[in-house]
Amino acid sequence: MTQSNRLNQGGRIDRSRRLSFTFNGQQYMGFAGDTLASALLANGVDIVNRSFKYSRPRGITAAGPEEPNAIVQLGASEAAQVPNVRATQQALYDGLVARGTNGWPNVQRDVMSWVGKLGGGFMPPGFYYKTFMAPASMWMTYEKFIRKGAGLGRAPTEADPDIYDHFNQHCDVLVIGAGPAGLAAALSAARAGARVILCDEQEEMGGSLLDSREAIDGAPASAWAEQVVSELAGLANVTLLPRTTANGYHDHNFVTLHERRTEHLADTAAGAGREGEVRARLHRVRAGRVVLASGSHERPLVYANNDVPGNLVAGAISVYIRRYGVVPGQRLVLSTNNDHAYRAALDWQEAGREVVAVVDSRAKPDGDLVKQARDAGIRVITGSAVMEATGSQRVSGAKVVAIDTERFVVTGKVETLECDTIASSGGYSPVVHLASHTGKRPQWRDDLLGFVPGEFKGMHVAGGAHGVYALGEALADGAGVGAEAARAAGFKEAAAIAVPDVAVRHESPISALYQVPHEKPPLRAPKQFVDLQNDVTAAAVELATREGFESIEHVKRYTALGFGTDQGKLGNINGMAIAARCLNRSIPEVGTTVFRPNYTPVSFGAIVGRHCRELFDPERYTALHQWHVENGAEFEDVGQWKRPWYFPQKRRAGGQERLETMHEAVARECLAVRRGVGILDASTLGKIDIQGPDAREFLGRVYTNKWAKLAPGRVRYGLMCKDDGMLMDDGTTSCLAENHFLMTTTTGGAAGVLEWLELWHQTEWPELQVYFNSVTDHWATMTVTGPDARKLMSEVTDIDLDREQFKFMDWKEGKVAGVPARVFRISFTGELAFEINVQANYAMHVWKALFAHGEKYDLTPYGTETMHVLRAEKGLIIAGQDTDGSVTPEDLGMHWAVGYDKPFSWIGQRALTRPDTAREDRKQLVGLKPKDPKVVLEEGAQIVLDPEQKIPMTMMGHVTSSYYSPVLESGFALAVLKGGRNRMGETVYLPMSDGSVHQAEVVSTVFIDPKGERQNV
Amino acid sequence: MFHIFCPYCQEYREEEEFHPSGQAHIERPAEPASVSDEAWGDYLFLRDNPRGIHHEMWVHRLGCRKFFNITRDTASYEILETYRMGEQPSITAASAEVRREQGVQTADGGWQTVGARPENSRLNEETPS
Ligand SMILES: [Zn+2]
Repeated sequence: MTQSNRLNQGGRIDRSRRLSFTFNGQQYMGFAGDTLASALLANGVDIVNRSFKYSRPRGITAAGPEEPNAIVQLGASEAAQVPNVRATQQALYDGLVARGTNGWPNVQRDVMSWVGKLGGGFMPPGFYYKTFMAPASMWMTYEKFIRKGAGLGRAPTEADPDIYDHFNQHCDVLVIGAGPAGLAAALSAARAGARVILCDEQEEMGGSLLDSREAIDGAPASAWAEQVVSELAGLANVTLLPRTTANGYHDHNFVTLHERRTEHLADTAAGAGREGEVRARLHRVRAGRVVLASGSHERPLVYANNDVPGNLVAGAISVYIRRYGVVPGQRLVLSTNNDHAYRAALDWQEAGREVVAVVDSRAKPDGDLVKQARDAGIRVITGSAVMEATGSQRVSGAKVVAIDTERFVVTGKVETLECDTIASSGGYSPVVHLASHTGKRPQWRDDLLGFVPGEFKGMHVAGGAHGVYALGEALADGAGVGAEAARAAGFKEAAAIAVPDVAVRHESPISALYQVPHEKPPLRAPKQFVDLQNDVTAAAVELATREGFESIEHVKRYTALGFGTDQGKLGNINGMAIAARCLNRSIPEVGTTVFRPNYTPVSFGAIVGRHCRELFDPERYTALHQWHVENGAEFEDVGQWKRPWYFPQKRRAGGQERLETMHEAVARECLAVRRGVGILDASTLGKIDIQGPDAREFLGRVYTNKWAKLAPGRVRYGLMCKDDGMLMDDGTTSCLAENHFLMTTTTGGAAGVLEWLELWHQTEWPELQVYFNSVTDHWATMTVTGPDARKLMSEVTDIDLDREQFKFMDWKEGKVAGVPARVFRISFTGELAFEINVQANYAMHVWKALFAHGEKYDLTPYGTETMHVLRAEKGLIIAGQDTDGSVTPEDLGMHWAVGYDKPFSWIGQRALTRPDTAREDRKQLVGLKPKDPKVVLEEGAQIVLDPEQKIPMTMMGHVTSSYYSPVLESGFALAVLKGGRNRMGETVYLPMSDGSVHQAEVVSTVFIDPKGERQNV
Repeated sequence: MFHIFCPYCQEYREEEEFHPSGQAHIERPAEPASVSDEAWGDYLFLRDNPRGIHHEMWVHRLGCRKFFNITRDTASYEILETYRMGEQPSITAASAEVRREQGVQTADGGWQTVGARPENSRLNEETPS
């Protein structure tokens, strides 16, 4: 296929580098420097998509990020798929493969067009609103349909082969946009010595200078852009970021920039010959000052059939001709309400194609560009507008009529002009998106017929972004604002650069025109599209106002105006103007338009950066981790820790070798502890070193029980509540010396408890002299437990293990396997137990020494699952599993651990006498024994007293911990049950989701060794 | 993401290093036993939720581990001052009203943070508008 619309010369493309690409299965050629859109237009591709709701053929409409139709799915391979790419922003590369997002199965001959006709009726205005009101089950049905046809693109089903990165950046002045104002601002700030970041979303910096007809200092405007970019590139204090979109403007001048590093070269970094390089970067910029020089988007006019391929925004015509050497048609009709759009007609004519007419809604336009057009022999029809486009697959003509914009009526006879392209311009909308991310509402300016950014601390606006459009003025504005921003950032001497020479152009003022009146009433005229991406028509907006939606925010939700991936960059203001006309109000009275991050879609890869796979969340390993790995442990995540869950061993049966199931392994590990000796890596328990003369007093205030008399060498179990009386954490604390304690916390609670202690010390009791430090990682903890624990320990330690010398809840210092150690006689299994703490670096040596001596006792490593079974058999709770922030110590039956008579009102005490916490029928911790010993109740299962009761049943509590006990040879559980302690011996019921009902007896929480004799031998 | 001046570290740091810890200046009753159930419930659970000036407690969790206070405008998200535990804010909802009446309101609809604590000199600089 030939590039029928490509001019023989001109444009900023490299004609020596021909690139081949595939669109919708068809192969085409383009040039280096093309965008996918310019290459498609060069090849005469009119239809790039089918529309969302009506399945109408759609063509390329614009040349930048505002493009609503040319949304493509990019990528040659499955893994490289990228959805929702705007063809206007995608640089062409050799081998590019793209497909219209909404063209399925074929944009040219749409076998789904019946769906479009159905869709029209199927999805009336208010569709979303009404759908969300409908039962959720209906939404599922709609959603499938919408997804298929909605132009939402699809995610790849294979893993992305590329890598992405985050950069944290700081600068004095961040300039967003490298058009005339942005370049001038960056140069002013940079010359003053400020650290400047200049970012621009396009392939090439220069913005409107690249397609301008005007001269700067007597040379083409683009030459000035090149010269400034080259000066900036040579300055050490300037970072230039092309292909970088400022996508989000957040609090305190924090701006996220999305830099595309290889996407203009190939669909993967490797494909671009840059294997291992970063595909895209997210710059997290904290800017001293931000200069918003984001320019403006031209608004199309709203007229009948304005969506037929061949309808373009006027400025896009100039961009395609002047930057890419592409004229997207033969015969042009331009419909405008302003002077600037005339350049499209002049460019068109100079490219050797026919301008049929310029249709100007103003009565007497007389600006320089208008004169120039007339002098060039172009027919100018005034006081009129294009009312309707004809044609279906491509524009075939323009129906032109005189209009009265005040009364919104046509006033003359319709004339049909034959043409294949209609360009329209309804004025310009400053790109206020980023500024509105900050929460500041844009302000309407009647003189500009557009919104400008609201003022915001730390933000400066330059050029077209606040309606300073004329080239000379934009340059001067940028130069001044750049200097102002640098001064505000501390560069007091900063001065504006000398503004280059630009001829002043006389312009006749713009006149308001958004929707063109039609000879038929608005609701009966052919469709006049406001939001092309979401297929929202002027009639739909009008209908919304008739149904009583008066705020633009409501109209938007009713019609889905602006809800596409383009966020309504082209359509929002027109939609507001139509709503305002219908409601007989002004545009600002109808509301302002608020945009949210991100400005254009950002790939998930860039958002995630390196925070994926093994770096998604840090993993913490104990000093013994390698041993666990080598000994076949299965691991469990506890917070960020990897803890051995159980240690499956090989079993031989009938000549076959296999690994134990979890159930088998846990049963074996449990019995080993109960009958011989087991060992647990308990290093992950939180450990907080507490020192200071008031440490003891402090403990008495944060724990529910008493600490005044705990002597050095002794250990005590403590409960920690919040001031609402609810249990927060628990653990043992040992008195190391009179002013020195070691607190242990749950594995998951370590950081929170430390912050809790600091909170109370710093904010309520700063007069107490006490200091806290986390020592969790400093000490490795090994629990040796079981009837044979003492025999094993006696072989490796010099500590006197005599039961009278080293009592239960004592700790002693000594050597274990030759290493300095603290050994604690505390037990979480109910068996005789020694917790050995050694410096983490020595842990592996000690652990291996224990196994060397332990072989004859069949020392068995066990994991967290066995730990849970053993502790639950003893009725020992896990804070956070058996409690949930609504459980008091009394609910747990731990009255013995509450010191009501302590002198200081400790945290939680007052709340325990509130009426609600003192209620008799609170949920209390009990044991449950299933009537069928084979049953292991589900954790979380609800308890009822009457299984015959109609739903909703009266729920009495729920199961918190449940396991199979190899010692009891039965399932057993802990549960919280209303008034549970007075229900001992009663039968309760647990209805399951499959309709079955389990029965269980309410029993004591202690299932084994109720007197606690085994741990005290 | 906020940019927060830690009054202990004497530096601006990113919000990621900090953690909010609820409303500031809530004092635990000195003698809880003598407080009514209702008053105790208020102390535990009731918090202000103003639109505008609010005093919040934050902790420099990944820094110096110190708790401190922030005066923040909940509408504009502007941090007007940060100050150490035990100190009082120099800007309050009442004083902000005074500022509005005295006409030092800035063009952006906020007001200049004159009178913020000395360590917040950057907050004191004049806004360019
Ligand atoms: Zn700090």
